[in-house]
Amino acid sequence: MSLIAQTFKNLEQKGRRALVGFVTAGDPDIEKSLAVMEAMIEGGCDILEVGIPFSDPTADGPVIQASSQRALAGGMNLTKALGMVKALRQHHSAPIVLFSYYNPILAYGAERFYRDALAAGANGLLVVDLPFEEAGELTGKWPGKDLDLILLVAPTTPRERMEQIALNASGFIYLVSMTGVTGSAGLDLEQVTHTANTLKSVTDIPIAVGFGISTPDHVAAVSKVAQGIVVGSAFERIIEKNINATDLPSIIFQYAKTLKATALKP
Amino acid sequence: MNPTENRQHDQMPNQRGYFGSFGGRYVAETLMPAILELEAAYDKAKQDAAFQKELSHLLKNYAGRPTPLYFAKNLTDYAKGARIYLKREDLAHTGAHKINNTLGQALLARHMGKKKVIAETGAGQHGVATATAAALLGMECTVFMGVEDVARQEPNVKRMELLGARVVPVPSGTGTLKDAMNEAMRYWVGAVKDTYYVIGSVAGPHPYPMMVRDFQQIIGIEAREQILKEEGRLADMLVACVGGGSNAMGLFYPFRNDSVEMVGVEAGGTGVPNGKHAATLCAGSVGVLHGSKSYLLQTADGQIQEAHSISAGLDYPGVGPEHSYFKDLKRARYVWVLDDAVLKAFHLLSRTEGILPALESSHALAWAVEQAGRMDRDKILIVNLSGRGDKDLGIVLSKKESQQQVKGAKK
Ligand SMILES: Cc1ncc(COP(=O)(O)O)c(C=O)c1O
Repeated sequence: MSLIAQTFKNLEQKGRRALVGFVTAGDPDIEKSLAVMEAMIEGGCDILEVGIPFSDPTADGPVIQASSQRALAGGMNLTKALGMVKALRQHHSAPIVLFSYYNPILAYGAERFYRDALAAGANGLLVVDLPFEEAGELTGKWPGKDLDLILLVAPTTPRERMEQIALNASGFIYLVSMTGVTGSAGLDLEQVTHTANTLKSVTDIPIAVGFGISTPDHVAAVSKVAQGIVVGSAFERIIEKNINATDLPSIIFQYAKTLKATALKP
Repeated sequence: MNPTENRQHDQMPNQRGYFGSFGGRYVAETLMPAILELEAAYDKAKQDAAFQKELSHLLKNYAGRPTPLYFAKNLTDYAKGARIYLKREDLAHTGAHKINNTLGQALLARHMGKKKVIAETGAGQHGVATATAAALLGMECTVFMGVEDVARQEPNVKRMELLGARVVPVPSGTGTLKDAMNEAMRYWVGAVKDTYYVIGSVAGPHPYPMMVRDFQQIIGIEAREQILKEEGRLADMLVACVGGGSNAMGLFYPFRNDSVEMVGVEAGGTGVPNGKHAATLCAGSVGVLHGSKSYLLQTADGQIQEAHSISAGLDYPGVGPEHSYFKDLKRARYVWVLDDAVLKAFHLLSRTEGILPALESSHALAWAVEQAGRMDRDKILIVNLSGRGDKDLGIVLSKKESQQQVKGAKK
C-alpha cells in the first residue's frame, strides 16, 4: 500500500479526515516557501501538495496565478522544487504530492521525472491538464509504480467516466467541488455531496474534495462526505497578504491548526 | 511527393485527435465532458445535410463567398517572376477568413442548444467574426482580448461592441493572444454548462483543430477550382501566414494530395532566433499548451516564452498541431519574415494593387514577392490574403518611415 493510501487508512481508523494543503513551491523564494511548507505540516496538514509553477495556469484563478508568477520570478522550476521536497524530507514524513501542468513535466522527461521525484521523497503526482486518456503517455514511461497518479473528478464528470477515472487513479481521487477554476467563491455542499456519493458508488479509493474551501466550517461540512479536504487558494491568500511578515510561518501554522480541528469523521 | 503517400493525411486526426504525434486533448477534467460532447455534435453535424445546407447558404449569401482569386498583375510585374494570385479573404464579410469558422461554430452551438458563446481574439478579427455570428443567430457573446491588443487593434474593439459583444480586456502576461486564450479557457471552466467556446484557429484540444480546418478548407476548395478554371492547372506554390494556422490550413488542406508546394510564413518579429519573434515552427520545440501537443516557444524548463509580432494575430507562442505534423512530414515548409519587411509589403500592395492588406497577411505577401522573383515567369503562386488592413492603420501610420522606402514602387 502506498504511503498516501496508508495515510488515509490510518486517519480513518482514528476517526479523522485528511487535511491536504496546497502551496506553490518557491513563493516568493525557496527559504520562505520551505518555512511555510513546514508550518503547514506542523499545523496539521496530513498531506502536502507542492505546486510546480507554470507560466500559463489555465485552470487557476487570480490567487494561484499570482503565486505562480511570484515563484517563477524567484527562479523556481521543477529541479528546484524537487530540491525543496528533499529538504522537507529531512524532518517530515507526511506524503507529498507534486502538482503541476503537463508541459514542465514533459520538458523534464517522463522517466527522469519518475526517478528524481521518488529520490527526492515525493509520493504522488497530479497534473491538472492531463486527463486519464492522455496520462498513459506519461505513466507508460515510468519504470515502476511507486508514484501515485492522482486524477480529478469534476461536477461535470458523468458516472461512466468516473468509473474509467477510478480504474486509472491511485492514492486518492481529487473531487473538484465546483464547475470553475481554483479560488472561485461559493462552496455548494449539495452539489459536492451528490458528486461524492456518485463517485463512492463506483470506487473505494479515498476522495479528497477541493476548490472553494477556506473555513473550519467548510472543513467540517466536507468531512461528512469525503475522506479528505484540500485547501489551496486560502493558504495562498494568506501568503500573499503576509508576504513580508516575519511571522508568516506562525500565521500559516495557526490557520492549518484551526482547519485540522474540524477535519473529523462524523 | 508521392500522392499515395500523401493520402495518409486523409486519416488525420485519429480517434484521439492526433495528427501523428501532435494534437490530443490536454484539458482540465471539468472541460473533458464538454469537448467529448462537442466532438459528437460535430460528427453529427458533418453528416447532417440540413446543417451543411444552412452553412453553405450563409457562406454564400451572408459572408459573400466564394471570394475571388485575383491575378495581381501589378504585383507580378513588380516581382518579375512567378504569376501571383491573391485569394481575397479580405473581401469576405467582416474583412477576414475568420467568418468561415465562426459561422460554422455558431451554427453548431445553436444545434447544441447553447445560447452563449465566448471567444479569444488577438487582432480582433476572430472576435469581430464571432460577435457577428452571435448577432446573426441571437446569441450572447463575450470576447477576451489582451490589453496590448485592445490598444493596438482599437477599431475592432469598437466593432465588437457595436455588434453587441462584451469585450473583456486581459492584463495578464504580455496582454496578447496567449493571455486572452488563457482567460477564455478559465472562463469556460466556470461556464461550460451553458456556454460554447468558439476557438479562432486550428489550435486547442481535439476536435477544434480538425473542426476549424474543416470550416476553413472552403478557402482551398474554392482556390483549387478557381485556379484550374483560370490557368487550366494547379498552382506551383501556396503561401499563407501562420499564427495559429487557420488561414494557412484552410488554403493548404484541399491541395494536400497534389504536387503543390506549401509555405507557411511565421512572424519573425525583430529577428530569429535572437530577437523577439513568434516563429513557433521555425524556432520552437514540442510541448503542450492550450489543450494540444504541438511546437511551442518555451524555455528548457517548459515555461512558455513571450512571443512578439507587429501583427496581433500572429503574436502567439503556439501553433495548430496539424502544422507541426506537416512540418515534421515535410509536407509544408515554414519560414519567417521580419516586422520591417511586413510593413514594406503592406505599403507595396497598397500602392501597386490598391489593396490594404492586414499586417498578418502582409507576412505572406512579403515572403511571396521575394520568392516570386526567384521563380520563372510561367510558375504560379497563390497567396492567401487572409484579411484587410483597415484595423492596422494606427500601427502603420505610427511607423511612417516604412512608407518612404517603397515610394515609387510602382514602375
Ligand atoms: C487577417 C488575419 N490573418 C491571419 C490571422 C492569424 O490566424 P491564423 O493563423 O489562424 O490564420 C489572423 C488572426 O487574427 C488575422 O486576423
